[in-house]
Amino acid sequence: MCDKLSEIQQSLDKWQQDRSKMKDREFKFETVSSLPVNDLYTPLDINGMDYERDLGMPGSYPYTRGVQSNMYRGRLWTMRQFAGFATARESNERYKYLLAKGQTGLSVAFDMPTIMGYDSDHPRSLGEVGRVGVAIDSLQDMETLFAGIPLDKVSTSMTTNAPASILWCMYIATGEKQGISSEKLTGTIQNDILKEYIAQKSWIFPPEPSMRLITDIFAYACKRVPKWNTISISGYHIREAGSTAAQELAFTLADGFAYVEAGIAAGLDVDEFAPRLSFFFNSHIDFFEEIAKYRAARRIWARRMKEKHGVKNAKSLLLRFHTQTAGCSLTAQQPENNIIRTAYEALAAVMGGTQSLHTNSMDEVLALPSEKSVQIALRTQQIIAYESGAANVIDPLAGSYFVEALTNKMEEEAEKYFAEIDKRGGVLACIDQNFFQQEIADAAYQYQRAVDKKQHIVVGVNEFVNEDEKQDIELLKIDPQIELDQVARLQQLRSERDNARVSDTLGALRKAAQGRDNMIPFILESVRSYATLGEIVQVMREVFGEYKEKPTF
Amino acid sequence: MSRKIRVLVAKPGLDGHDRGARVIARAFRDAGMEVVYTGLHQTPEQVVEAAIQEDVDVVGLSILSGAHMTLFPRIKQLLTENGADDIIVMGGGTIPEVDIKELKAGGWVEEIFTPGTAIETILAWINTKKNAHALQKNRKS
Repeated sequence: MCDKLSEIQQSLDKWQQDRSKMKDREFKFETVSSLPVNDLYTPLDINGMDYERDLGMPGSYPYTRGVQSNMYRGRLWTMRQFAGFATARESNERYKYLLAKGQTGLSVAFDMPTIMGYDSDHPRSLGEVGRVGVAIDSLQDMETLFAGIPLDKVSTSMTTNAPASILWCMYIATGEKQGISSEKLTGTIQNDILKEYIAQKSWIFPPEPSMRLITDIFAYACKRVPKWNTISISGYHIREAGSTAAQELAFTLADGFAYVEAGIAAGLDVDEFAPRLSFFFNSHIDFFEEIAKYRAARRIWARRMKEKHGVKNAKSLLLRFHTQTAGCSLTAQQPENNIIRTAYEALAAVMGGTQSLHTNSMDEVLALPSEKSVQIALRTQQIIAYESGAANVIDPLAGSYFVEALTNKMEEEAEKYFAEIDKRGGVLACIDQNFFQQEIADAAYQYQRAVDKKQHIVVGVNEFVNEDEKQDIELLKIDPQIELDQVARLQQLRSERDNARVSDTLGALRKAAQGRDNMIPFILESVRSYATLGEIVQVMREVFGEYKEKPTF
Repeated sequence: MSRKIRVLVAKPGLDGHDRGARVIARAFRDAGMEVVYTGLHQTPEQVVEAAIQEDVDVVGLSILSGAHMTLFPRIKQLLTENGADDIIVMGGGTIPEVDIKELKAGGWVEEIFTPGTAIETILAWINTKKNAHALQKNRKS
């Protein structure tokens, strides 16, 4: 083998001599994350790699090649398109339509007031009700959202973080009203508060009580909602905020480690809650870098869970993930080009072994997507699945000198960050020090400057520009009447419900928040009494306080 | 020579998309302006209070929540009510062309820059605007 390598080294040296006489284009040869790449990769770049130790078979440790042994030959990835309509009633109609068409998974997008824990009639909600998703003020709205949809027959993904515990309780209570016990419910809540402080910035409470709510959810789910995915640890938003691929990988996995440690510290059995953890990554435009990122993620997670936590349940080793193509790679200019970008990004996610995928619509950079563009986005996945052949072979790029070297590089970069995070006192300390936020802001700024200087070419934006371009895509409009109607419904609820019971349940919740009991049963009881999201959050805000960022740039 | 241009970069609305606001704030600072960044989740009242307190020449509003038709008019109105309508109001974000036209026609904002705009374009626009405003002020006085 060593002889072989020295032979390769010799022929590489010779090739480099010949090659150095050739003139290269004026171009920065690096990934979209500004990671320089060589012009050629050979066996020398993966010298020392051990197949069994570093790759293994699909469905086997360290899972670099995939979490299932048969991957897409068994079941294709779930094509899960994220969507939300302004009102519960409208969304309900859309869900029923999708279910009738054979879809089994629902995905709920909430509006900003719901995401931030404000009722629709709060002054801060003005102009934002129903804009970017559905407004949910109380159990009543959740009942409307799922009216006529048996919750034991669907799996529901809810994109909620700071108030995740409350919306989850509303879902559980809606099941109860339908006569369905919580043991039968399946779905996911995003529930990843750490990335909110780091990147997405939809926080309510400070980190410590927020972490308590999360471990309370883990504990309650183990006992009462065992089929629920209790968290979706998200790199998507970290990347959208401007991070590099390596930062997305490192910060997301560091968050994952922090949740595992918090669960263990709360006295939970890691093998009971770890199998319910799932991940959510971005797929950006740099094809090979993304594939390397997914492969490295699986390997890092499996190694950490085995070596540090000594997990016994094989399912605790698996990094299962959802992918969304990169919203930040889309351009408002020549928006049809976004179809092409999304297709490459989706292909990278599939070749990287994703479990589910959302493809962005071409017009999402301008407004909420229209029906036609949503259909094209879905068709993109179907073309990859059924026409391209990409789903026929498991981990098809394994063994590529480049992809393996890049996978190793990703792991190495992530390990450097883990060491830095440990040195700084862990994830919460780093958030407090603005470490992640500043790293991401630096990367975002450098990227923007590179685009301005044309070191990165963005087609249609800084090169190949169509002068006098007109926006001629039909955009979805939100009727302002929706906000007024939602506010009226909420105020009617407040006047009709048993307000004495509401104040009792909220009082009990306050006591629980001040103590150390698991809060979920108390939140559930408040929800059942039709206390609103904003009222429940307000009680917790009074006990826990509010998170305040240190605005830097 | 007059003082440095003072800019308030503000992020009204409930959403957390601060990437654009922070990139712009840093670019303004690198271009020699004095920059105040409010941080996220600011109410129109907070934005206007900061603008007046910091005595800025320009307020740059970054809006990606879809609430731009509510927020721009509200902020402009509050500036006017507080005798600060000489402050240049500009914006950025995911805002459809039709809405930009309507907001500009209503006098709620002087310019809106959508994603993909080069930073140099925005800097040049501010300088031109600032000079025009200075001329107007001189004529008045």
